[in-house]
Amino acid sequence: MAKDNKVINRRNFLRDGLWGGCLAALGVVAGASARKNRKNDMVWQIDPYKCIACDICATHCVLEDSAVKCIQQYDICGYCDFCPGYFELGASVLDTGAENELCPTGAIKRTFIEDPYYEYDIDESLCIGCAKCVKGCAAFGNGSIYLQVRHDRCLNCNECSIAVACPSGAFKRVPADEPYLLKKVDHV
Amino acid sequence: MRPFRNILIGMAISLILSGVTSGMERFPPPDFVETDHVIPSPTSPGPRQDVYEYIDAAVLLAALGLASYLVLKKRSRRAIFALSVFSLLYFGFWRKGCVCSIGAIQNIVFSIFDRDYAVPIVVLVFFLLPLVFTLFFGRTFCAAVCPLGAIQDMVLSRPVSVPGWLESGLRLFAYVYLAAAVLFAATGSAFVICRYDPFISIFRLSGSINMLILGGCMLLIGVFVGRPYCRFICPYGVILRQLSRLSKWRVTITPDECIQCRLCEDSCPFGAIRKPTTQWPAQEYHVAKKRLAFLLLLLPVLVFLGGWAGSSLKSVTSRAHETVRLAEQIYVEETGKTEEITDSSTAFRATGQEIKKLYEQASNIRARFELGGWILGGFIGLVIGLKLIGLSVWRQRTDYEADRASCLACGRCFNYCPREHLRLKKTKEVADKW
Repeated sequence: MAKDNKVINRRNFLRDGLWGGCLAALGVVAGASARKNRKNDMVWQIDPYKCIACDICATHCVLEDSAVKCIQQYDICGYCDFCPGYFELGASVLDTGAENELCPTGAIKRTFIEDPYYEYDIDESLCIGCAKCVKGCAAFGNGSIYLQVRHDRCLNCNECSIAVACPSGAFKRVPADEPYLLKKVDHV
Repeated sequence: MRPFRNILIGMAISLILSGVTSGMERFPPPDFVETDHVIPSPTSPGPRQDVYEYIDAAVLLAALGLASYLVLKKRSRRAIFALSVFSLLYFGFWRKGCVCSIGAIQNIVFSIFDRDYAVPIVVLVFFLLPLVFTLFFGRTFCAAVCPLGAIQDMVLSRPVSVPGWLESGLRLFAYVYLAAAVLFAATGSAFVICRYDPFISIFRLSGSINMLILGGCMLLIGVFVGRPYCRFICPYGVILRQLSRLSKWRVTITPDECIQCRLCEDSCPFGAIRKPTTQWPAQEYHVAKKRLAFLLLLLPVLVFLGGWAGSSLKSVTSRAHETVRLAEQIYVEETGKTEEITDSSTAFRATGQEIKKLYEQASNIRARFELGGWILGGFIGLVIGLKLIGLSVWRQRTDYEADRASCLACGRCFNYCPREHLRLKKTKEVADKW
């Protein structure tokens, strides 16, 4: 450990001046950033109105099992018997047979409530975020099923790999205290 | 079968209407009459709590303080190594490489140029703390706190020395990388440091195959060439180098005086030990003086050339921005040069925005890339010029010294110094006495 000898000569004077300048510059950076002040972290989220339901979320996440999953916003859902997010378009019978289901992993659970209403729940442990159901629900239904980044899984990378690949610019940073972008309910 | 037919007709109509994938509410909400079913609401698990972020910042502060103490006061390579193992486990494998000081450069730059983005306080702390510590104690962050440095330090077992000219040449890449990172972050196009971080997929134990191969290759090179990322690539290291030149305290090979025994000469795997120099040979003096004058005149030329090169790359660099890419795709489609339609152009057309506006945005962004190219290319030219000038100035040294900029403060050289052994023995004797 060596400390500069404190002889005042041109070299030391210049060095000390530069040193102070650098410290001041760091202070300016700190001050300027603190003026914009954001105490909270920012997290990634999908704007459901921009999402085009391609299958990039399923494959581009750095996690082996994507952090993006489908969610069901029940208060928009029509509880249809023939759910276009649940059934294949040419489904022969409206039952839980794999050949009739749209979801490749069978992650949507169909429960009878009362005639003619069925409730559809998403089993997140099975959902891979491929957005097949999102496409179906948006094209023929109410659009109540859509993709969201699930923050219990998301690593919050500084640069989200899905955001890089997203073709519609639907990924954006949102404040961590409001981490979901849910659709507005139009009816009522 | 009537309701079913109605649904089919409804479906047919909505198929025609469905331009937007986000959907519209076609069916009314259910009115449950037989059961009193309550409509549930979707779950929304929250992100990692902020308190953990502050813990990260506190761990960083503690690690930096401890590293500085170990390097400058305790002078123990073993303890420095132990701390770097901890940092690798905590910041690397536990925090999975994010949040990181190197990547924080981009957040800072992005927040300066983007009005809507503000740097979270913890990211700011991660950016500033190592810089402040470097101004006081040298590159102790590199020594034992940075997980990227730590993982490379672990694998370094057969160090070969890199010749000086190659070292300086390769180091230029770090400056170019820094300039590129700043350019892409300032224009809001990409965070390249994060995208091409070679070790992050190792920390996460997952990632794309290309990044895993890159990380593996880096570690393989790192077995022979000490810390290749830190020396030749790391953009944060570029800033640390310059601040370290000014640091108040610094690493010394010997604890007190250099006896010029030459034992430490080859101990540094990073080529950071400078030998004592003799007097400048008289016959070379005149040549060197002329060369220095020439290089000083060359400096503005190099700055200009760099700026010109940087700005003329604008059509390539601006393609990193998604708006420019989209505008180019739309242009190719509009002029009928391609039949292929991409997802992004379909998504753009679905929004119904004007194509003219998109072109306008894209040309604005390209203009920013041109200006940025001038500034950052000029910066690269300046770096090259200053390096050449630095090479032709004779530095007088009487002792073996650790280079202020290049020294990573790892402490490997301590044990080579006989004075260090004397110090240790002395302290041991004193300890025994007490």
